[in-house]
Amino acid sequence: MDFEIIFDNLGLYVEGMWLTLELVSLSLLAGFILAVPMAIMRVSKNYFIAAPVRLFVYIFRGTPLLVQIYIIYYGLGQFDAVKDSFAWPFFKEAYFCCLFAFALNTGAYTVEILRGAIAGTPFGEIEAAVSVGMSRILMLRRIILPSAFRRALPAYGNEVIFMLHGTSLASIITLVDLTGAARIVNSRYYSPYEAYLTAAVFYMGLTFTLVWLFKKLEFKWFAHLRPRKETV
Amino acid sequence: MKKLSAFLMSIFFLIAVGSVQAKDWKKVRIGIEGAYPPFSSIGADGKPQGFDIDIAMALCKEMGAECKLIAQDWDGIIPALLARKYDAIIASMSITEERKKKVDFTEKYYNSPAKFAVKKGTMADFTKEGTKAAIKGKTVGVQRETIFDRFLTDNYDKDVTIKRYGSQDDVYLDMLSGRLDMMMADSIAMTDGFLKKDGKDFELVGPSYSDPKWFGDGAGIAIRKGEDDLKMKFNKAIKAIRANGTYKKINDKYFKIDIY
Repeated sequence: MDFEIIFDNLGLYVEGMWLTLELVSLSLLAGFILAVPMAIMRVSKNYFIAAPVRLFVYIFRGTPLLVQIYIIYYGLGQFDAVKDSFAWPFFKEAYFCCLFAFALNTGAYTVEILRGAIAGTPFGEIEAAVSVGMSRILMLRRIILPSAFRRALPAYGNEVIFMLHGTSLASIITLVDLTGAARIVNSRYYSPYEAYLTAAVFYMGLTFTLVWLFKKLEFKWFAHLRPRKETV
Repeated sequence: MKKLSAFLMSIFFLIAVGSVQAKDWKKVRIGIEGAYPPFSSIGADGKPQGFDIDIAMALCKEMGAECKLIAQDWDGIIPALLARKYDAIIASMSITEERKKKVDFTEKYYNSPAKFAVKKGTMADFTKEGTKAAIKGKTVGVQRETIFDRFLTDNYDKDVTIKRYGSQDDVYLDMLSGRLDMMMADSIAMTDGFLKKDGKDFELVGPSYSDPKWFGDGAGIAIRKGEDDLKMKFNKAIKAIRANGTYKKINDKYFKIDIY
């Protein structure tokens, strides 16, 4: 172990960590905003509303994230129609391509997580909502979605961690995230052990922070399921 | 217990002796890159091809060794040599001081200058002294941690945006898509691997760069330190194929000029 390599490049790793955090939080935010309406469409009994979402989920869960990134970054850049379009200033940037791929990918997984949670809504809750005369929208807003979010939380926590690790793929299209920093250090000093171990420690720190955050959230959201404290 | 430890000791001893003993190098494993045409690429049949590959095969034949080629990404090409995944690197690797700290090199087997390339007509020619003014504000693509990356990073980091790629092929893709204003790489690799193929709209621009501080003394074969017998065998073989015309035959297959 050569600690000098690690300390000399700590700044590079910290910068990489910020980019990783930026990518993961923005893509999760965008993915979630996409996923909620799509999950509602997905549980619709109307085939024409549910089918497009099923197709979207099928495509993005059916292919590896790495392949999606290659297609979006290198693949789209090959067509003149894309290069002449208004969208090119965005797709020209590796940063945007990454966000685009990540958001769609995590969106697809989140749709399925939410769909499962919505489908698992206890019938009694819906019955109660109907019996007090709630409209469908009100029922969705007050009963079904909050209840589903709560049930989806543990699975979604997992998805967030997967996404954090998924962002390491940003380094293959020239972005210097945590893994990108490790790649630079590795190829500069030819010492993969130090380079990647440092990145691993950073990732572990981030993961444990996320795990801790979700534990806090679960504690709060599942308050009604906690055993009651003994009263004297 | 005593017997067991004696047994283990003898095994360790055997292993230690085995690794010290000089190898006869009847079998040599060679690391190649496979993403650097025309020197090294993977052909339509899935087999490696190119100048590096032909040279490797010719050297092996000359040394009377049986060679196995192992493709490895550039990022890990030296670590994998040090980890004994193969015994030599024949991948157009320039002989630089920095790399000599980690590995040994044979004599060069070719040498060609570095140049910039741009889309045709987007840039006027410039001189070595005028480089800074000419490339200011541009986005330049290079393969990560090559001599070209080092040169740009050390000299023009503040003047240009450097985008670093895992392979030269990826740099070409982003030149074509227009994400890069210019790229810097080996002049021959760019001419034969890009300009004559997909990059017909592109041209070389500016002077040739060959300052040994960054660009080294040509491309050599990298070998783990301390394996001098293998190094000597390679050096002898390089001389031999230069003398007997094998080198010229391979050279002429790919290039119009002698690139030695």
